Amino acid sequence: MNNSVEIKNLDLQFGAVKVLQDLNLDIGKGEFLVLLGSSGCGKSTLLNCIAGLLDVTAGQIHINGTNVTWAEPSERGIGMVFQSYALYPQMTVEGNLSFGLKNAKLPKAEIAQRIKHASEILQIEPLLKRKPAALSGGQRQRVAIGRALVRDVDVFLFDEPLSNLDAKLRADLRVEIKRLHQRLENTMIYVTHDQIEAMTLADRIAIMRGGQIMQLGTPDDIYGRPVNKYVAGFIGSPSMNFLDGTIQNGAFKAGDLTVPLAGYDFASGGAVDGPTTLGIRPEHVTTGQLVSDAPIQVDVIVELIEPTGSDKLIDCQVAGHHFRVRMEGQASVSVGQTLRLGIDPARASLFDAATEERL
Amino acid sequence: MVDASPDTLSGPQGPRPRKVLSRRNIFLYGTLFVITVYYALPLYVMIVTSLKGMPEIRLGNVFSPPVEMTFEPWVKAWSEACTGLTCNGLSTGFWNSVRITIPSVILSIMIASVNGYALANWRFKGADVFFTILIFGAFIPYQVMLYPIVIMLREIGLYGSLGGLVLVHTIFGMPILTLLFRNYFTSLPEELFKAARVDGAGFWGIYFRIMVPMSLPIFTVAVILQVTGIWNDFLFGVVYTGPETYPMTVSLNNIVNSTQGVKEYNVNMAATLLTGLVPLSIYFVSGRLFVRGIAAGAVKG
Repeated sequence: MNNSVEIKNLDLQFGAVKVLQDLNLDIGKGEFLVLLGSSGCGKSTLLNCIAGLLDVTAGQIHINGTNVTWAEPSERGIGMVFQSYALYPQMTVEGNLSFGLKNAKLPKAEIAQRIKHASEILQIEPLLKRKPAALSGGQRQRVAIGRALVRDVDVFLFDEPLSNLDAKLRADLRVEIKRLHQRLENTMIYVTHDQIEAMTLADRIAIMRGGQIMQLGTPDDIYGRPVNKYVAGFIGSPSMNFLDGTIQNGAFKAGDLTVPLAGYDFASGGAVDGPTTLGIRPEHVTTGQLVSDAPIQVDVIVELIEPTGSDKLIDCQVAGHHFRVRMEGQASVSVGQTLRLGIDPARASLFDAATEERL
Repeated sequence: MVDASPDTLSGPQGPRPRKVLSRRNIFLYGTLFVITVYYALPLYVMIVTSLKGMPEIRLGNVFSPPVEMTFEPWVKAWSEACTGLTCNGLSTGFWNSVRITIPSVILSIMIASVNGYALANWRFKGADVFFTILIFGAFIPYQVMLYPIVIMLREIGLYGSLGGLVLVHTIFGMPILTLLFRNYFTSLPEELFKAARVDGAGFWGIYFRIMVPMSLPIFTVAVILQVTGIWNDFLFGVVYTGPETYPMTVSLNNIVNSTQGVKEYNVNMAATLLTGLVPLSIYFVSGRLFVRGIAAGAVKG
């Protein structure tokens, strides 16, 4: 039994609305799992079910080998960090940290020792006597993490903990959470809609949609080999280019574009003729001198340039479809210019046009 | 043009000048003044009249200040005026009202706040039905229930006693107060409640340690609502109590509406002012607390 959290055939309904459907998920000890999806996909609901804040309609939840489906949140051996921090406004930071421990009737010395330990790790010792209102957003979130930390539990649950912070602070705290995970080696389940957070933090990512897990895999897996068109479009920024076309005689055809699929690693064995969608990430299109190495070359006219500093994003048309290309930030390019692009089928993805599943 | 020197600016600059005597201001303050006079004048007449002797009142100069100021009417209203058979003034009624209001206010707010908390945070089975019935109760006219309650109080032996009236006030305060508290607790961030549950606090733990400390504004509102409502109540007071236990409003009525003897306007005015003093002071005292409560709530984490 190496799994920290096991979710078995979980169903959750609110009235007639099925929020989670027959969900199965095993999370290993010390794993950092990110639940990723757009809003309304059920990711936060799933986290609330694991925490015991929602009663499930059917199925089981096991934590550390114990069936906790009917257990109270405080009995499950979890700590939870919320998006709005949820610090008790009338208590000092110390009061916030000790609230759960006092409820558990721990001896005073033990409480003091745990608060000391947690506040050292999170560097919030100077703040202990302050009220939450006197803290900045980043400090509040650190206290919120501290409140989970003092509970000395095996499983940490994060419900979009960084969404309320500004961009810079978010990046800083993201690194801190990762460092914390490396140091503590607890299981962490982290809900977010931010794919950068998901990619940078996760050991494994579960992409959710409509109450089901679409794909569960390492960040590399999900980025490189998305199982369907939804996942492919959801992960990556700017998002993947899709070209609708057909496979004929082992080559992909869309308009005047023909892509021989020699280097493509088929999930299902081989090329089958029929309507297909080809997906290519903007960063996997080569330009400049590298074009000559690519198996397929296309000429396009630059329609729009979006400089982001480190990169330039080029809008153009390929085979009648809107197409985006990422170029190096220093590349000299102007609107109306003809640009030669190189495409490598080995780095592309093919999806069945009807089922949208990966081929 | 980053380095344009500041002394070369011409044309409108800085804050826009505002005329003090603009048409808008005259209209605004004029209206406010008229409204103020409209409300303040009767109060002025009451105070002035209550400080005059009867001969001076008979002169008919309603608005003139007292020539010979006397506190005799106030003393009489408090301790000597006749309310029906006894002549103890308002003092008996005042203490009766205090003994009715304090337990009713405390009891109704305690129960209603727990009700509201349970309805907002612990969605038990049938919560919606319960809430609908409660809200419906707020719209039933009191008069419909007067007689049934007389019978019920008689059956449980509380008819005519202060306890009976306290019970009636507590029950009738329930719908509106529960609604008030439920809406307030619903507006508090749900994640606080969830965090407290993860921290192992139970129903009462969360109520006393998390919810109540955050709810000073709404408790203040509830106190204002209940104190004024119960103190000013006349109908229940006159129906459910006897002469010994009449609240202040009933005593006041008995003084002012007595049909025998001379109408002592000064005593009547003093008695009315005395009766209104309690709700008035509640407004003044808790009004400040109310504002402070809201201000404290605004910066919550």
